[in-house]
Amino acid sequence: MYDMKALYEAESVSDAIRLRLEHPEAQIIAGGSDVLVQMREGKRAGKELISIYGINALRGVSIDGDEALRIGSLTSFSHITRDPLIQRYINVLGEAVDQVGSPQIRNIGTIGGNTCNGVTSADSASTLHAYEAIVELTGKNGVRRLPIKDFYIKAGVVDIRAEEGEIQTAILIPKASYENTFGHYIKYGMRNAMEIASLGCSVNVRLSPDKKTIERCRIAYGVAGPVPMRAPSAEAIANGSALTEEMVTEFALSVLSDINPRDSWRASKAFRQHIAVEMARRALIASIEKAGGVIA
Amino acid sequence: MSQYKLVRCNINGKDVERMVDVRASLTDMLRNDYRLTSVKKGCEVGECGACNVLIDGEAFNSCIYLAVWADGKHIRTLEGLMGPNGELSDIQQAFIDETAIQCGFCTPGFIMSAVEVLESGELYSREELRKRLSGHLCRCTGYENILNAVEKTMKRRHGIPVD
Amino acid sequence: MVVGNSEVRVDGYDKATGRTKYYEDRMPAEALYVRIKHAEKAHAIVKSIDTTRAEAIPGVVKVLTCFDVPNIPFPTAGHPWSMDPGHQDVADRLLLNRHVRYWGDDVAVVIAENEVAANQGVRALAVEYEELPFVLDAQEAMRDGAPQLHERFPGNVLKHTASRLGDYGAAIRKPGLIKVEGTYDTPTVQHAHIENHGCFAYAENGHIVVVSSTQIPHIVRRIVGQALGRPWADIEIIKPYIGGGFGNKQDALYEPLCAWCSTQVGGRPVRIDCSREETFVSNRVRHAIRIHIVSWLNPDGTFAARKVELYSNQGAYASHGHSIVAKAMGSFPQHYPCPNMECDAWTVFTNRPAAGAMRGYGMPQASFADESNIDDCAKAVGMDPLEFRRRNIMPQGFHDNFSGNTNYFDSFRVCMAKGAALIGYDEKRREYGHDTGNIRRGIGLATFWYNTAVYPISLETSSNRMQLNLDGTVTMQCGETEIGQGADTAFAQMAADAIGLNSYRDVHVISCQDTDITPTGLGAYASRQTYVAGFSIKQTADILRGKILDYANEITRQAVSNMDIRGGNIIRRQDGSVLMSLKELAMTAQYNPVHSEHITAESTYTIRNNAYSFGCTFAEVEVDVAMCKATVKRIVNVHDCGNLINPALAEAQVHGGMSMAIGYGLSEQLLFDPKTGKPLNNNLLDYKLSTVMDHPDLEAAFVQNPEPTSPFGTKALGEPPACSGAPAIRNAILHATGVAVDRTPINPHVLFAEFSKASLIHDVWQEKEGSKNV
Repeated sequence: MYDMKALYEAESVSDAIRLRLEHPEAQIIAGGSDVLVQMREGKRAGKELISIYGINALRGVSIDGDEALRIGSLTSFSHITRDPLIQRYINVLGEAVDQVGSPQIRNIGTIGGNTCNGVTSADSASTLHAYEAIVELTGKNGVRRLPIKDFYIKAGVVDIRAEEGEIQTAILIPKASYENTFGHYIKYGMRNAMEIASLGCSVNVRLSPDKKTIERCRIAYGVAGPVPMRAPSAEAIANGSALTEEMVTEFALSVLSDINPRDSWRASKAFRQHIAVEMARRALIASIEKAGGVIA
Repeated sequence: MSQYKLVRCNINGKDVERMVDVRASLTDMLRNDYRLTSVKKGCEVGECGACNVLIDGEAFNSCIYLAVWADGKHIRTLEGLMGPNGELSDIQQAFIDETAIQCGFCTPGFIMSAVEVLESGELYSREELRKRLSGHLCRCTGYENILNAVEKTMKRRHGIPVD
Repeated sequence: MVVGNSEVRVDGYDKATGRTKYYEDRMPAEALYVRIKHAEKAHAIVKSIDTTRAEAIPGVVKVLTCFDVPNIPFPTAGHPWSMDPGHQDVADRLLLNRHVRYWGDDVAVVIAENEVAANQGVRALAVEYEELPFVLDAQEAMRDGAPQLHERFPGNVLKHTASRLGDYGAAIRKPGLIKVEGTYDTPTVQHAHIENHGCFAYAENGHIVVVSSTQIPHIVRRIVGQALGRPWADIEIIKPYIGGGFGNKQDALYEPLCAWCSTQVGGRPVRIDCSREETFVSNRVRHAIRIHIVSWLNPDGTFAARKVELYSNQGAYASHGHSIVAKAMGSFPQHYPCPNMECDAWTVFTNRPAAGAMRGYGMPQASFADESNIDDCAKAVGMDPLEFRRRNIMPQGFHDNFSGNTNYFDSFRVCMAKGAALIGYDEKRREYGHDTGNIRRGIGLATFWYNTAVYPISLETSSNRMQLNLDGTVTMQCGETEIGQGADTAFAQMAADAIGLNSYRDVHVISCQDTDITPTGLGAYASRQTYVAGFSIKQTADILRGKILDYANEITRQAVSNMDIRGGNIIRRQDGSVLMSLKELAMTAQYNPVHSEHITAESTYTIRNNAYSFGCTFAEVEVDVAMCKATVKRIVNVHDCGNLINPALAEAQVHGGMSMAIGYGLSEQLLFDPKTGKPLNNNLLDYKLSTVMDHPDLEAAFVQNPEPTSPFGTKALGEPPACSGAPAIRNAILHATGVAVDRTPINPHVLFAEFSKASLIHDVWQEKEGSKNV
């Protein structure tokens, strides 16, 4: 039995916006795998909840008018992984969220919840950053879209305007971002399931038509800083470069100029830096291979 | 001020309805309101898998699933697998025959995940099975015989001979 | 014969259908919730507790604090009672504590009508502390000026014992010896059975009844009686099925507090359900033991002398205390006999959670240290580690005067030979160990010393009751408990053979122990149950058989000596003819108008034996050097546990122990914040218990040398599988990388540090970082 003051269930997006405006103190609950755990811990005990879990309109993956991939915010991880559009255009995202917690968590956990809680370790977050995803928020004033890097403000805080009754309604991947692009995600954990990432690294590349050079490389990390982050120095080295081992090594080492992991009891900064380099190296190699490139 | 909601759902093939405290987890509802005590509590935060049930065919940790969300859903617990005359399903029998049961506390949750795996109709490799079952912790068996039970049942359902 | 068959579990059907009832499934609906306020200081004195806000919460029935409890110190260890006060467990517990000795100590309870109110009540308590300095490390706690935990134990030393053999000081002066020294550290880990401990208590006819998830109902009865200052017979403990124990529930946990809370609300039923977080911190843990070994080797690779010092971290309360490290220390002179030895063991209080019994009882720690040092010794003299062990390990015929144990068969060498053949040790030893890239493979082994039951240290007793049913089956009650390991099935098999029944299904073992009804037994611990119950089952079966045959003599007029019971029938020995079935006999005996008899038997057996139980682990690992990860690719355990009563169940037991050992070797440890003493990872997400994706397939093999002291030729198997896995993995990593890791768990953090030290990974970026920071 949860120590909950009241529960409001939204049946539609407009319902959710109304409830948010009526109950500004209430916490939004999607799948609940974070909110309910915190409520049990006592952190959110005695709070009101607005459940949006029942809004089926927010489930599913589609291609919208401008060919962007649209992922409804309540789509569960397991449904993302199994979705044919995801598999076709951004398989790495399906692979990444297939490493969240456990099968049961992947059935309840939603991509919206995973991003709205603002944690750096979210398995979807690094790939969404690496694909420059767009976050769609809907409130009393209509729809607002912003790049995912701007959505994350600081650890645990994202740009959702409760005072405007906003909830996250979709994550969009623009066509320019996924087209001809192949990615690889590595999660570093202390065990192979039921794990929060010690570090997550997502790389993707688009190769030249002759598959000899990298046209565009993007790399993003989770747990390399307070929020998920790109590694621009590393990307600059890879962009336009030939597929050589030297480039891969230089790319990998240069992530150290970008990332800023911290010391915690879960892992030391030095350890995270060390594996960040190795993960960058391996994820880039795997991405190039998936794109059909051969490293000289 | 207690808040209640009428929850109508289908549990183990039977349509049921009950006024439920909105603060209740699905574990609370199944154990307390319906006395389905195969649903176990090992952590109450979705980490151990002991409370796992199937909701519309997918496995969920009922401890972190609000009871009110069950409205309109089909829920299956281990109690629902047994036939009307006490007949065991193949997967239950396999758990017995393969010595996949020790203390028995993780067993109901494990079997329900196995049911999801088996009903998918997929033929998984042993490594894939490991991943499919990785939402359950067991301290007694080292998982070895549990994997054997699920793998053999899966193969039998696909008509593949097993020793 | 039924013994020796892989029969399916007697409780298999109920467990496979989910109808098996654990304590919480028997909960009275009206039970009040007791929630415990755990101290949020590692060491402090409670100055006051303001209960006003908690008491005002609707649904809160009563708040009780450390200022309310009786001042009766009690022990908690699940040991048999000793009539000799000198051998009794240390009584250092109160139901609630003013002197807080670890982060998580119990200072108050809130009793409420529902869970939410109880939790709110606990959060609403305002506790005022006087903070004291704390200490988490055993050796630091022994230093002058260290914080003191218990007045009765100055210097925090609960106990120090020593053993001496030969003349170590003189022996090490011999020229030409090779010295191999190491300090081996093992972590605080927890049992993590999937059912948390919990219990409920209520009054009935002036008694206090406690239904508890425990391994040791009869012992808990005594402890609850002690804690409440009531006659022990006033307490009734009922033990239903339990969801694992592994030693944590071989202690009185919250039964005394629960019983007392019930008395404080007029005997109404009250429940204490530990959360997972509480199970990790406020139950028991495994002792972290630091072991310093100095080995002096002759050039031929034999031992000249050894010194072993063990520092056992007891945590805040005595619980099982020194018994654990004493067992660990005792293994050294036996496992690898050496003419000159100096062994010392200290058990030291610190401000960690109380350490108690856990599967292996000191031997996973001892094995990790001893077997790591053995590989280090083999390396120092350039000998293959398997060959080094063959040369030095306990020989056949070795006799230990204290326990009376004899190594009747050459168990160690036979087990090692079997394991080596199964895993292909010789080839892999040659093939592996030369990799220079990122991925390196290695193979290692470790052995373990173990024994069965607790004789002669403590009482070993087993009682048994059998009753012949009207259908010719037998109902049996044992004091030994089913905790998941399959004890009831093994007991049924032994009883079927001992009585002469057709099938183990003809023995109905009453699984639930109720101390008012069940004959006294001590419960599940010390890998003893199959061994000790074997004696009382055999003896009681003989009594029952005698009564049956006496009655058969009345009916058949055949001489008792001419009859036998086989396959559920009374037969004549001479021609094997069936005289009557047990069913006919039982019906006749019960309903005979002239001589009606309900045929039962009951007896107690005092066991004054012990038995060695040895084995080994072979492990093959792959190390990803750059990722600082070691993965077990193959692992094989071999055990000589005597005759197997049920091979399938035995194999399953071994799997579980191997899994625990892999976790002990690679991932599990309970962490504490050095600044506050607060536990950091007391949940199943952050405590890295192996999942099904963290194992290779587990392979178990057996050597069945019949144990001469047991009526069924059997001996310990419950704990041994957990003992040698971690050092085998450690030694395989040593083989793969040349890096000797002297601590567990060997997780990526440890490998990162070790590989950095060994220059296997290059910190090239640190220069870069350095230059950037300038």
